Amino acid sequence: MYDASEFDTAFLRHRAAQFRNQVERRLSGSLTEDEFKPLRLMNGVYLQLHAYMLRVAIPYGTLSADQMRVLAEVAERWDRGYGHFTTRQNIQFNWVALTDIPDILERMAEVGLHAIQSSGNCVRNTTADAFAGAAADEIADPRPYAELIRQWSTDHAEFQFLPRKFKIAVTGSTEDRAAIAAHDVGLQLIERDGDIGFRVLVGGGLGRTPMLAQELRPFLPSAELLPYLEAVLAAYNLAGRRDNKYKARIKITVFENGIESFRAAVEEQFARIRPAYSGADQVLLEEIKAHFALPELPAKDPAFHEKTRAVDPLYAAWAGRALSPHKRADYAIVTVAVKTPGEEPGDVSAAQMRALADIAERWGRGELRVTHMQNVVLPHVAKADLPAVHEALRKAGLAAANIGRLGDVIACPGMDYCALATARSIPLAQEITKHFQDLGLEDEIGTLNLKISGCINACGHHHLGHIGILGLDRAGVENYQITIGGHEGDATFPAAIGEKMGPGFAYEAVVPALERLLRAYLDLRAGQDESFLAATRRLGLAPFRAALYGEERDAA
Amino acid sequence: MSNAQVISANDLRAGHTVYRAADGAWVRDIAEAALIDDPAEAQLALLDAIGHATVIVGAYLVEVRPTPAGPEPVALRERFRARGPSIRPSKASRLQEKAQAYV
Repeated sequence: MYDASEFDTAFLRHRAAQFRNQVERRLSGSLTEDEFKPLRLMNGVYLQLHAYMLRVAIPYGTLSADQMRVLAEVAERWDRGYGHFTTRQNIQFNWVALTDIPDILERMAEVGLHAIQSSGNCVRNTTADAFAGAAADEIADPRPYAELIRQWSTDHAEFQFLPRKFKIAVTGSTEDRAAIAAHDVGLQLIERDGDIGFRVLVGGGLGRTPMLAQELRPFLPSAELLPYLEAVLAAYNLAGRRDNKYKARIKITVFENGIESFRAAVEEQFARIRPAYSGADQVLLEEIKAHFALPELPAKDPAFHEKTRAVDPLYAAWAGRALSPHKRADYAIVTVAVKTPGEEPGDVSAAQMRALADIAERWGRGELRVTHMQNVVLPHVAKADLPAVHEALRKAGLAAANIGRLGDVIACPGMDYCALATARSIPLAQEITKHFQDLGLEDEIGTLNLKISGCINACGHHHLGHIGILGLDRAGVENYQITIGGHEGDATFPAAIGEKMGPGFAYEAVVPALERLLRAYLDLRAGQDESFLAATRRLGLAPFRAALYGEERDAA
Repeated sequence: MSNAQVISANDLRAGHTVYRAADGAWVRDIAEAALIDDPAEAQLALLDAIGHATVIVGAYLVEVRPTPAGPEPVALRERFRARGPSIRPSKASRLQEKAQAYV
């Protein structure tokens, strides 16, 4: 993993001290709120409904055990004992006092953690495949490139006042586990004639105008990554709209100008910028790559895992959901579900953070990842150690066997925390997961992505849910729109934006509507192997719409 | 239709929701907020509240309905702001927190 250099640590300390001074000036009245707000936002500090919120950047979702322990300490000392993992692989603390934030930033700086550029109209934390460096299907590790982007974009003078925020995601595998089509720029590492390069996508995003990214370059040599990104940002900085906040994202720039015209603008900038890159970035990249070498993984006989699987049904169920193929046959990638049925999706207590840190240290080479599905990954676990890991997770309340199932729901903070929300999201997720758990239908339903957003800004990625739920405020009452058929994209089905089914449902009516919908799916599917998404692709949406609104299915 | 309004903001230091009481103090419970019926008076009180820039942040007027239990916000969002999250912090801990509040 990347170890913060002396430069990094000194920089973070300096930024914490700078923010301490800014807070002091705000409290004394030397800075007005209008002057202070952009400064706090550049340090991840939002003012939400009931409190300040601190969004801590977790670069490409990677955490060391020590960093996870410091997050636990922050939760305990300065918050209410828990944190919330987000769909952007970050963590948010919902109850911090402004006056404590300089201390929090200083403490986090000691272990290389920070909140820089986790808000504001700048290049945000670059996200990556949570299985990076471990996945069996990986072409190249995306983390060194994500780290290179982090170093280049941090405090980049030209890109501190972009028209709007800018999110980059990188994946190094054929299977996209980073939702790259839903980002301002999506980068997919590919190989061509023995050379590694990027397929570059641009203009994806969700929010009030959901759009899937389009291809900007089919193959960009990896050495040209930074000058090319700089060209994309320079073109956007010039052409992006600043007259209307809702039309300021690059997806609108690309949409309004057309991909051809935007590509020409990027190439013009690229021709200007490329010669200025002397190769220093490539020297730096090589240094960064050394940090991300595969850790030493001693050979271990996986027999105990297989034996336990054969005799322990609880373990077998968990292993069936939680494990993914590792580069090494005697190792596995473990996805820990932060989705205990009935609990707040994505929330982890300080005790759970410490348990995860201990597990990672003892059995997982001290490494953890946060996923964009709000779960936690242990990327390198010997199969022989999996039964012990399962037992430790069970004790920590983190052994739900529901990865990829209905219970693995994504939910934004919603009206319970967020100043922008128009309806609740978390309690609805809790009620849904509890209901289907009680019915015992979750396994029968199988693969299903359910995503809930509490407002049109779509932090819960509802557009990409096989079933998406969008909470709105209709004349002072919560109302939930249901979309069907969204998808992040995989080898079987391309990325797609879900289709709105019709009039929304009252809060209490959502669970019964979903039950009608999912019971209809169970009746309609061609067999147990046909997932909900596959059934919607084969049959179209009409029978599902009919079920949702309680009509006779034959009438559809 | 009632024109009843209260003034709300967030505590600058701790961030929690506050309301303006009749004596100009900032309180945490909307039941203790000053109810203002006259729109002109509300604007004047708001201007005064905005002047408390080193105590609170983002003062604004909230439309309410007077009830025997105190002012009830009309907007959904404001009802949530007044009540706190519907999840997590238990009633007991919220009461405790209120007792410890320093504004």
